[in-house]
This record gives sequence, C-alpha cells and structure tokens, in this order.
Amino acid sequence: MDQTKQKILMGNEAIGRGVVEAGCTLTASYPGTPASEILASVVNFSREAEIKMHIEWSVNEKVAYEVALANSYTGKRSAVAMKQVGLNVASDPFMRSAYLGVKGGFVVIVADDPGPHSSQTEQDSRLFALSAKIPVFDPASPREAKEMVRKAFELSEKYEIPVMLRPTTRICHARQNVPCLLPERLERTADFEKDPGRWVATPQFLYDLHHRLNDKIDKILEEEDFSPLLIPGDGSLSKHCIISSGVAFAHTCDLLEDMKFLGKIDLFQVTMPYPLNKKFTRKINSGYEKILVIEETYPVIEMQLTNSEINGRNSKLIPNQGELTPDIIQDVLKKFLEIPLETGASPEQIKGKRPTLCPGCPHRAAFYAIKETFPKGIFPSDIGCYTLGMNLGAVDTCHCMGACISQGAGFYHAYAQDNEKFPTIAVTIGDSTFFHAGIPGLINAVFQKARFIVVILDNSTTAMTGNQPTPEVGIMADGTRGTPVLIPDLVKACGVRFLKECDPYDLETFTSYLKEADQYCRSEDGGVAVIISKHPCVLDREAMKAQPVYSMKITENCTGCEYCLNNFECPALVLDSDGERVIIDQNICIGCGVCQHVCPVGAIIAEGGGKK
Amino acid sequence: MKQQIIVSGIGGQGVLFLTRLFAQAAVEEGLDVLTSETHGMAMRGGTVVSHVKVGPFKSPLIRMGQCDVGLFINASDLDIYRNFIGPGGRSFVNTDISGEYYNIDATGLAKECGSLLVTNLVLLGYAVKEGNLFCDEGVMETIIRKSSQPDRIEMNLKGFKTGASRN
Repeated sequence: MDQTKQKILMGNEAIGRGVVEAGCTLTASYPGTPASEILASVVNFSREAEIKMHIEWSVNEKVAYEVALANSYTGKRSAVAMKQVGLNVASDPFMRSAYLGVKGGFVVIVADDPGPHSSQTEQDSRLFALSAKIPVFDPASPREAKEMVRKAFELSEKYEIPVMLRPTTRICHARQNVPCLLPERLERTADFEKDPGRWVATPQFLYDLHHRLNDKIDKILEEEDFSPLLIPGDGSLSKHCIISSGVAFAHTCDLLEDMKFLGKIDLFQVTMPYPLNKKFTRKINSGYEKILVIEETYPVIEMQLTNSEINGRNSKLIPNQGELTPDIIQDVLKKFLEIPLETGASPEQIKGKRPTLCPGCPHRAAFYAIKETFPKGIFPSDIGCYTLGMNLGAVDTCHCMGACISQGAGFYHAYAQDNEKFPTIAVTIGDSTFFHAGIPGLINAVFQKARFIVVILDNSTTAMTGNQPTPEVGIMADGTRGTPVLIPDLVKACGVRFLKECDPYDLETFTSYLKEADQYCRSEDGGVAVIISKHPCVLDREAMKAQPVYSMKITENCTGCEYCLNNFECPALVLDSDGERVIIDQNICIGCGVCQHVCPVGAIIAEGGGKK
Repeated sequence: MKQQIIVSGIGGQGVLFLTRLFAQAAVEEGLDVLTSETHGMAMRGGTVVSHVKVGPFKSPLIRMGQCDVGLFINASDLDIYRNFIGPGGRSFVNTDISGEYYNIDATGLAKECGSLLVTNLVLLGYAVKEGNLFCDEGVMETIIRKSSQPDRIEMNLKGFKTGASRN
C-alpha cells in the first residue's frame, strides 16, 4: 500500500499513525472510551510498516505509564494512551515524571470526554497538565492530532520533559482524510544512563529538579513555534478577539464563517493551552478590550489570562459545564457579537433509546439471579457494560475503577456496627476491572474481616471498549500469546476462602451458589465470598460458535404481565402491537435460552439447543 | 461542494458502516470529509447517530437545521433528529408508512434480498438515487466493493441496488 497517500482515519487512528510515524518503539494503554482505538491503530500501522515496537494493553493506566516511562529512560521514544479518568489512576507517576523528566521523547495521550458521553466526570486534562507543569497540545481535527504527536515527541526530546496530547471525544471519534507519511526509523538501542540523583531523586534532589522544570517551562513559554495561530480580522472590530482551542475552535471557525464574521474579527487558535505563550498573553492582556475564550471543558486558557474583561466559562457567558456543541457556541457568539438571538429556536433535549445489555448477555442472567435471590440486598458495582445492571435494579453504586469491592467492605462495616443482621451485600465487578484495580480492594476487605459477596463477571474480555483481551485470556495486544494470569489463582492468593465458579446461564446452580455464599458470609468463620460468573461476551464471535442456540417461543399462556420485561429487560422480549402479550424479536434474539426460566407462568419455551 | 448528512439508527444497524462509505466516496471524489460517531455506552443497543460533512468544513458536527440529507434506519429516530434537517433537506426513512419524507421499507426489502444485514444498504441505495447527494450510484458501488468484507460484497451490492431501483 502506498503509505504517503491520504487515508480516512478516525482521530484515534490518526494519533496511532502519528505515534508510528514518529519512530516510537513502545506504546502502552488501558482501554477506555474515547481513547480505546489508539492502541489498535498503533498495532496495525506498525505491523503494516514492519516496525519493531512493544505494544501492550497494560492492566491499568498507572502500570502503562510506568512501563512507557522506563522505555524513555533508555533513550527510546514512548507513548502512553488513556482516557481522562485513567490519568487519575496514573497521576502518581505522571506528577513526578515532570520533575525527573525523560530521555527519549515521551508523549502522554489523554482523551477527554466533555459532556460527558461515556465517563464518570468531564474533567479537563489540560488542567492536570498545568498542575503537573507538563506542556499540553489541544488538537482541533484528526489531521492536526497526528501532526501534534510529531511535535510533542520533538518538544519532549528537546526539553527532556513529558508532553501531553489532549484530544476530546469529538476529535477521537471524528474521521477525516489525513495525509500519511512514511514512518521514521530512529534505530536507537536501549542505553539507560544511571543517574541516581535524577532517577532515584530522594527529597534532597527535588528542589533542584523542580527548579529545572520551572526553567524548562519558562523556555517553552517563549517558543514561537507553539504560539497561538491567528486568523486576523479586517480591523472593523479591532478591540474584539476570540480565543479558542480544540474542537471548540473548529466549531467556532465554521460558525464565524456562516455568520460572515470570519476575517472580520481576530480569531486565535491556541494549539498549546499550557504553558500559554508569553508574548500572546501580553498581547491579549494589553491589546484587546472585548475578549471571548471558548474552550473545553474547564477555563484553563481563561485562567492564565489576567485581563478582567474576559468572557468565558468563569464569566458565565459560556455555561460552566458540559460539552460546547456548535449550537451552544452559536448562541455564545451571538451574545458576544451583539447579534439578536432567534427566539424559540432552542433545540429540544435529545433523548434516544436508553442503552441496555445485549440480547443473551451473561451479565443479565447474573444480575437477574442476584436480584431475585437478595431482593433487599445492597449492590455496589463498577465500570463496564455491567453498569447497565442498574436497569435491572441490581446495581446501586458505580464510582471509579475497582471501587465496588472497597465500597462493599465500607457498607458492611457501616451496617455490621449497628446490627448483627447486616443486609446481604453483593458486589459485581468485571474481569478487566478486577485486574485493573479490584485486587488491592479484595486483599483489604479480606484482611479487615468484611463479610460480603463479590461476583466477578468474567466474560473473558474488556467488552465495553471494544473487546480488548485481559491478562486471563493470555492474548497480547499484537495478537501473540502472553503468559495467562488466572482469576481464581488471584482470588485465592488474596486470602479468600469461599470461591465458586459457575456459568450464569445455569440460573439454578448460580442461585444456589449465591445462597451458599450468603450463608458463608454469615457463618462463624465467614468472610468475603467470591463467585466467578463465567461466560464469554456475546460479541465474541468465536466463543459464540460453541454456544448452544435455542429456538425461543412464547406460548398462548402469556398473560401479558410484563414480569419478564421489567425484571429481565432483554431487548429481544417486546410487547406485541396490541400491548397485550410479549413476543420475541427473532431478529435480535440469540437463543441463549435463559428467559425460559424467568416467566412466572412458564410461557417462554426453548426448543432445540444445537450449535451454530 | 458542501454537503451535510446524518445517519441514525440503533447500535448494530450499520450506522457506522454507512458513515464510512460516505467518507470514502468523498475522498474518491477528491473532496475533504469529516465524520463524527457515537461510541461506548451508547452503542449497547442505544440510539446511534453519525454526522458526515463533505467539503471545506472544520467542525465535525452538524448544527440544528443545517443538514441536507438524513438517513433514518430506525424510523422512530426521526422524532429525535428531525430538527437537524434544514429547509429543503431530504429525509430517508426505513418505514412503510408515508409522510413528509422519502420512505422505503428497507427492512422488508432486505429480507427479500436474503439478509436483514443489508437494511442499511437498501436505505443508502434509495438515498443515493433520490437525495441529490455529492456522489452518484456508480461511485457508491465502487466504494461498497472496496469497503465490504469479501464474502459480503455481493449481498451488500444487492441491497444497495434494490434500494436504488425503487420507484
């Protein structure tokens, strides 16, 4: 394939392409929307160009960060990719890496999710970069994102400092025709130069290291290459200017063009929101009287400008939360430019069909059994497809990766203190989430003598983000075999003494294990009970070939009580057009056969059971 | 040439595939293109909408009332996204119920083709024929050939042609 031609790339693919083109030799990541596709793109493009690169799905973002960091210590280029809340997990190595710096270029790709569309916060990683004193680029298109990866590697090497690339969901998931270059081959060999004062850096060295970091930032502030880009006005609005960055800049640009203001008012695109170019800051603070700053998601540029006349998130001309959609920016621009707003044109709140677990999803069976067995239970859960168990009333909390196990312990201590008859606490956590951050919580819960049930929903994949493999599956990011690490071994090693494994499709056995686990929790020597709910994700095509397929039917006995709709919520179970009886949508039913056990009058029947 | 298109449906109905076909057709025609998709949680059976902008745009998103052509694989999405369609814009809806839009029973026709999976392509065929789109049937056929998995090419083309030949 001609590698210099234009390709249609998703923002994440463009970023991955940029990483490969820049001669990077190690990329690590943990999947999370909107960053998930970056690593797969690195795998594909490095394979296509026959480039030697270590590429890994790490167990979490902190681990990914540290693996990549050490590669950079040897003089080689490294990249690490994650979603914004992943940086919370990696914040410990992130903050310190600014002080100690790097050798080979080190690019930290952190995808933000203004809105948020698929995250537990809409935090702004540029603010995180500012607090760590790490320079950050903010791309306005997939094409620009790829270009910025190259610039970030160069800047990182020039100043021996980690550099962040901060795309947002709209950039990550936009597709664009992107010109591609041949990958650079740097041919570097690993050469770790020992320097304890830097790489060990006990507190006595940190004052100097911090000083050096400040010097680096002071120099980057003066770099002309990273000063904001100006689309100048014609002087008719000489006291006005608009400053924007990221996809908000792209929206603003198109809107100004439609409104016939592009080329009339000075419009700046900030490509590096931190550190903000010094000359630019001076120019803005002294040269303009009416300034509008449009950025996502926190007022990071705005707070670095000291002019009191700034309109932005802080001044509330722009809503201080949420994604800046073109429709919102349009209203903001009109207010700023004093153009009358059209009345009554405010868009309706868009509410589509709510997401739900797939037909045949094994999590649904597990949740159904948990809810039926412990109608008064408390159900802490976690992050993944299975958060959708809230639709079934089987998920009561969801906080951050791995929190459910620690929260289960916290709930136990709170209730057990009051009364010996504590409620059943049944925690659900996915396999990938368990690897990511569940293990320390489990060790702690066992050690602290908590009594609750942990159900590990093991579907042998990271389903929500596109089915990335877990350590248990033993397949590495590039498709080769790794050394599998088994969940039962880990659970036992955490000190758990009640461990069962069961396919949740077998509702009867699964339910009996739940009851047994509850008895164990309440027994004299009881503690944390773990049940591994094991069944492959229905999106795993290979695994599905081995699964029996039933032909599901609903008999005349259906009374239309809707029990199955309300308590099982399978998308393949729907009311008929009269709303009197339930029918099966054969177009989406996968024939898992589980719902036959759900109907209170036995009207759902399964026939056959052969394999595909 | 500037054209703005939205494609909407339920996760799994092939919204993203149509989006990619439009993008590739644009490049085939030598035009710049930007598209935007929904991922993650929303794809688990939720409503999915994608935006396609052909021509010299910077923003990947379409504003209310700016869309030239809308494709609705799931008819009830029309209620949600109707506001995107601009004056003079055309909506293509997978339904046998007629209304102020171009309707086609794409699901039924796909079934007749022998695969429900081509519902999206039936609708696409009809839209390419009647939508005054930036590309014609010939270009789209070439792109479907290039972009489909080898064992799906014939079925996809069958679906597309079925839609394109509807009166």
